[in-house]
Amino acid sequence: MRSRRRPTGPARVVFAAVVAWLALLLVVPLGALALSVAGSFSAVVAALTSAEALHAIGLSVGVAAVCIVANGIFGVAGALVLVRQRFAGRRLLDALVELPLALSPVMTGLAFLLVFGRNGLLHPALDAVGLQVAFAWPAVLLATLFVTLPFTLREVALVLEELGDSEEQAAATLGATGWQTFWRVTLPNLRSGLVIGTTLTSARALGEFGAVLVVGGGIANRTQTATTFIHSAIEERQEPAAYGMALLLASVAVALLFVLQRDRE
Amino acid sequence: MGIRVDHLVKNFGATRVVNDVSFEVRPGELVALLGPSGGGKSTVLRMIAGLETADSGQVWLDGERVDHLHARERQVGFVFQHYALFRHMTVGENIAFGLSVRGVAPAEQQARVTELLEVMGLRGLGDRMPSQLSGGQRQRVALARALAPSPRLLLLDEPFGAVDAKVREELRRWLRKLHDEVHTTSIFVTHDQDEAFAIADRVLIISQGRLEQSGSPVEILDQPATEFVARFVGDVNVLGGVVRDGRAWVGGVGAEVHGLADGAAVNIVVRAYDLKFWRDDDGPATVRRVTTIGDRVRVEAWLDRADAPIFAQFPRRSSLLHGVEAGCRIAVEITQARAWPTPGAAT
Amino acid sequence: MNHGPPGRLGTLALRGGVTAWVTALVAVPVLVLAWRGIAEGPAAFWAAISDPAAVDALWLSGWTAAVAAVLNAIAGTALAWVLVRWDVPGRRAIGALVDLPLAIPTLVAGVLIIALFGPQTPIGHWLVGIGFPVAFAKPGIFLALLFVTLPFGVRAVEPVLEELDPAEEEASYTLGATPFYTLTRVLLPPLFPAIAAGAVQTFARSVAEFGSLAAVSGNIPHRTLVAPVYVLGEVEAGNPAGAAAVSLVLLAIALTLQPLGAALARRAGARRA
Repeated sequence: MRSRRRPTGPARVVFAAVVAWLALLLVVPLGALALSVAGSFSAVVAALTSAEALHAIGLSVGVAAVCIVANGIFGVAGALVLVRQRFAGRRLLDALVELPLALSPVMTGLAFLLVFGRNGLLHPALDAVGLQVAFAWPAVLLATLFVTLPFTLREVALVLEELGDSEEQAAATLGATGWQTFWRVTLPNLRSGLVIGTTLTSARALGEFGAVLVVGGGIANRTQTATTFIHSAIEERQEPAAYGMALLLASVAVALLFVLQRDRE
Repeated sequence: MGIRVDHLVKNFGATRVVNDVSFEVRPGELVALLGPSGGGKSTVLRMIAGLETADSGQVWLDGERVDHLHARERQVGFVFQHYALFRHMTVGENIAFGLSVRGVAPAEQQARVTELLEVMGLRGLGDRMPSQLSGGQRQRVALARALAPSPRLLLLDEPFGAVDAKVREELRRWLRKLHDEVHTTSIFVTHDQDEAFAIADRVLIISQGRLEQSGSPVEILDQPATEFVARFVGDVNVLGGVVRDGRAWVGGVGAEVHGLADGAAVNIVVRAYDLKFWRDDDGPATVRRVTTIGDRVRVEAWLDRADAPIFAQFPRRSSLLHGVEAGCRIAVEITQARAWPTPGAAT
Repeated sequence: MNHGPPGRLGTLALRGGVTAWVTALVAVPVLVLAWRGIAEGPAAFWAAISDPAAVDALWLSGWTAAVAAVLNAIAGTALAWVLVRWDVPGRRAIGALVDLPLAIPTLVAGVLIIALFGPQTPIGHWLVGIGFPVAFAKPGIFLALLFVTLPFGVRAVEPVLEELDPAEEEASYTLGATPFYTLTRVLLPPLFPAIAAGAVQTFARSVAEFGSLAAVSGNIPHRTLVAPVYVLGEVEAGNPAGAAAVSLVLLAIALTLQPLGAALARRAGARRA
């Protein structure tokens, strides 16, 4: 048990500097944004309740929801495979799972564009079936699935590694089948990893910008997410809309932060 | 290099961990602070070192009052229970640390390190990392590190607690030998009685923040000052009895006691080797179990009339054991005992 | 030690399913990206990445990321120190705030900086007046990068700092060391791998950063245009091959940094032995 000390002398200066740094970087800008919004409140409300804004919010939320579910399932499955199984190519699989974290969002968008876009790999096939992916919501969904892929998996894998498999072994000696063990022993233990992973996934999905801009085009009422809405609002110098949506997203982020903090403890 | 500690008091929150402890250690003495876990002995040690500040009381080193001095100014060597070796430095760098802090020339540092490695039986290990050493080796490095700057006092906090039994015995003998050669005034903390009695010149029994008794091992064993000391040290029976005619009686067995009124209810404290059993079909006790532990035999019996357990220890070849086995009756003789009034009992 | 849904078949099915998912979603698009980057031959590739605007963009991304890595290493270590070792008011709030950049969309982060330092705000106006504009200039880039990478610097160091044995520190004092000596010779050395791991993470993240920089930097070619925004420009200009080529450079950087960061993190963790 570490005993904490109160800083004295020069240490106090360091502490003050650290607090000032954080405040400048994080707190004050949020305050400034809130002030701007408050200053033109009715315009902000009007902008955010417009059909375009509501569509953007709807698309963002919808995509995030699908990502949460898909990554929940895939995250648990993937974590089980990567942590509990040994096979040739496991390292490669691990590296592939980490890959979305290394890519710049614009590159992600470009990659999907090159697969689904007009001169893309799969375009002829899709065209034949009459499906449009690029510059339509499926592309937005796929790109967001890509960038959110590692989060739940990594958090669940972390928990799995710490747990070890002694509980599962005990269940086996008591006669439980694989599925029973999974549902009644493994899954409940993964709860905290799932919650943290889901929180991070939601934050990332709602916040994705570069990839969906490239692969979706930010077309109003079709492929515009909350973030690309802000982007075009800025370009069209519609500050109430931009700041209002930004504050909305920031508030959701802060709420998610509380969930994250509570569960990390 | 004498030490004096005067009326030390330390509170952690609402708990008084050290409660008015005073004692002296003479130059060159090797003293043990012995007592149950959580009794405050480590805290006393740390206050002498300067790692904790006393709430009241004074610490004197060499006639100089040091309680206002920070640990680094006291020139006290400290050996921690879990070694606390600097993990990222080699054995040699660890040992030299106290010298490099003072700006001693590298050549001199190296000479001292080599000297200590030799003395500690660690020759050739100077370039190893602590993680590559065994527990016993690590503890010796910790000792070498503490001794390198020639401190005026050596403090050891449960130094052999983290190694296994066989190694512990070796290290103990070895510490005593080292002390006989180097003569640095030393205090070590332990909860292991065998350890304290085996190597210390003097033992201080500390429990619940108080100093119960201070004396040589023999004094402590034969003349315990308080009931706590009597019960804590050695293998003891504690029997409830009554005083009559200068003897304390329990279950038909009596022991000579002093300074207690007739009729007083007392706790009789008898060491396992201060009892004699022998086979007697009319005896007051029945044998429950006979166990051989190493070179001793432990006989557990039941005092029928007092409805209380009693046990004794004998050397294996003792003639007293003849015919003694589970279920037989035995006579009991107490050769030496102490008694104290039972707390809260009416007299 | 295979566990999960029943039997060998189940294990293999799980493995196969996961592999298929990852291949389809990750491997295929990235491979296509890589292929398109080099498909038009080495000459075209070289032309794309040696375009002056591309070179300047890559260079800007690189050195701003390096500076951010160093600054974040210092700030992150200081912050971790405060969070782990000190008893200060608001410690929990500070700990929570450290994670904020992970939760906030990067574009919104950029908007926040503009909301505070943009030329139309009082502070921004004053800064422009004294010749030190933040928005749409290089200082803004650093501000955005430091915001976004704040958690990496702190979280890399925090667990290692917690694992430091307080007894080692006490031992150092009993041997006569001053607090400064103890800090530099006993406390910091075991932290170096963790600090380095955090710096590598910061660098990789900074090079890839898009959203906040798109809002804040002004995207002036050769001046404040970073590589990812350059790639976007090429895509919008109908030059996907050129965009893919520069993307490949960024990808190569990221792929070399990842194992380095992982190795440093392992060393940081292994120190606890």
